[in-house]
Amino acid sequence: MIRSSKAPRSAWGTIVASMELPLPPESTPQAFAGATATRSLDRRLETALRLARPAATRAALVVLVSTIVALLLTAIHNDSFATNWIYSICVGFSCWFFIEVGRLTILRRVRRRAQQQRGVRSLLPSFRWFVPWVIISALLGYEVGIVFGNGLVGQKAPGLGLFATNPRALAVILIITIVSTLGVTFWWFACARLAESEARAESAQRVASETQLRLLEAQLEPHMLFNTLANLRVLIGLDPERAQAMLDRLIAFLRTTLHASRAGSQPLSEEFARVADYLALMAIRMGPRLTVQIDLPHELRDMQVPPLLLQPLIENSIKHGLEPKVEGGRIEVAARCDADCLVLTVRDSGVGLSQAGKTAGTRFGLDQVRARLSTLYADRAQVSLETALDADGGTVARIQLPLPTPVAA
Amino acid sequence: MKAPVALIAEDEPLLAANLQKELARAWPELVIGATVADGESAARQALALKPEMCFLDIRMPGWSGLEAAQAIAEDWPADTPFPLLVFVTAYDQYAVQAFDAQAVDYLVKPLDALRLAACVTRLRKRLADRTPQALQDSVDQLRALLGAHPAAPGGSALSGAGAPAPRLEVIQAGVGNTVHIVPIDEVLYFEAADKYVRVITAEREHLIRISLRELLPQLDAQQFWQVHRGLVVRARAIASAQRDDSGKVFLTLRGRSERLTASRLYAHLFKGM
Repeated sequence: MIRSSKAPRSAWGTIVASMELPLPPESTPQAFAGATATRSLDRRLETALRLARPAATRAALVVLVSTIVALLLTAIHNDSFATNWIYSICVGFSCWFFIEVGRLTILRRVRRRAQQQRGVRSLLPSFRWFVPWVIISALLGYEVGIVFGNGLVGQKAPGLGLFATNPRALAVILIITIVSTLGVTFWWFACARLAESEARAESAQRVASETQLRLLEAQLEPHMLFNTLANLRVLIGLDPERAQAMLDRLIAFLRTTLHASRAGSQPLSEEFARVADYLALMAIRMGPRLTVQIDLPHELRDMQVPPLLLQPLIENSIKHGLEPKVEGGRIEVAARCDADCLVLTVRDSGVGLSQAGKTAGTRFGLDQVRARLSTLYADRAQVSLETALDADGGTVARIQLPLPTPVAA
Repeated sequence: MKAPVALIAEDEPLLAANLQKELARAWPELVIGATVADGESAARQALALKPEMCFLDIRMPGWSGLEAAQAIAEDWPADTPFPLLVFVTAYDQYAVQAFDAQAVDYLVKPLDALRLAACVTRLRKRLADRTPQALQDSVDQLRALLGAHPAAPGGSALSGAGAPAPRLEVIQAGVGNTVHIVPIDEVLYFEAADKYVRVITAEREHLIRISLRELLPQLDAQQFWQVHRGLVVRARAIASAQRDDSGKVFLTLRGRSERLTASRLYAHLFKGM
């Protein structure tokens, strides 16, 4: 008797892993679509090679599991291992074939969906979705595998037709087939998930490091640093006490900036302290051209916020709003609670948005704040930049964050 | 010999006071004619005071130091020796490279007493050998600087070049509730007018609320020539150019009666082939 059965495979996961995981970090669905469209012959070859190895691994696993199943059946029925093994291998590879067809079909649909809508998180559908198809594949694979096996062995085993004569034997075989198929599929699937999440974590990590570096560069902009030092040098001669106070501000600013660029979050009071240091330095540099007003309500002091959010907006206000304005102006930084969100505003009475475009590099600060917020809060946080509507003119930058829980002081 | 006069343009008050003080120490007979805090005042005061030298901070509100220098060079009377220009910058790789390349004097902040002394020595020497050629030399230097500096006629001298702006196909000039669409091909010239730009076509003129500085990158430089800091003319519309003794060039246009003036900074565009 034959029967055999077997095995699984399913490489659903692995193939997904091998094809999709080397997603480059920036691989948004769009980038992915573009890459597919423009794939050259070279890339096809490369892809084929890249797929060959995991395919061989999968085939080996199919053989292994088929062999185990054949041993099991031989033990149960006490018949020829060689015959069982041949049937088992045939069924194993047939199951693999059907599962593969289903996987590729789903993959294509997922990909299409990914192209249509942004932000599909994973190209892997959940395993649950795939279970029915694995079971169907096991049944189909069993039937087809038996046909092939018959051809090889020269017998006429009945396949699913066994139901008519020996339903119990059929049930045993089918259960073994389905269980091993599901088991292997699940195993591969889990591996692919793992690899995918590792790749994601790695790319998130890389993006985070780059952001940190760029932030730091933006904070420690050489022009600001050297002008500040030039002022400091002058003050040392003129007014040593003020020079010391200025140096203290600079030290505090540098320290908190370096620290904040590494921290995940910090109390709002710290962000405001840094802002105050920065503005104090600017006030010394700009003299009467700059007036500053900072308003942090006491109850918001311990609110946790991502670091260096206000700083880029304030630098924009200074650089693009007030510095270009001959008579200077004022800058107001405030925090308040509004219903269920925290609102941070930076308002300047500078040249305003229509003029700000003149100075290059306007966007980086705002863009990176926006990008960081969308990573952290998806669409629950907002950044806006608009023209101030009152008589003083200028610009208002506003950040809205969902209310975090205040940390115990 | 009368004491040399200097103009200081620096927007940070402490730094301006310090430069003045250090100069007094390094060059006691130098007279500081005026200290201003923005580029436009610098140009205005320089043209009024006719100093022997100008110390120009690069980053200033309104016009940058380079723009101020351009305005001074364009409007400087031909019969007066052109001032020696010294640019002052905190940190500006592009500018410093360009200054080195053009042998332009510059100072780096924070000011270093030794460097300032060296600069003063050079300035004294230059002042002593000043020739009538000085204006032309300065114009050539400035032209090279403005060309070399990525943000030259721009505000922030430091941010490097941005993405090239898309070419403008039409000018949208709003008047009340109406917007006139003027194909760029019909424009004869653009002229800066305070915060606006006048757009002149064969039939009429429009005002648009944009600065020439913002407009310029959106124009095809082959078709439209900048001939003055405030004037951009369609090359094909120019009928003739006539140079006067001061280095200015007067342009006549095809089918128009007015004459336009190209500054000496752009006079090199009009040479016989």
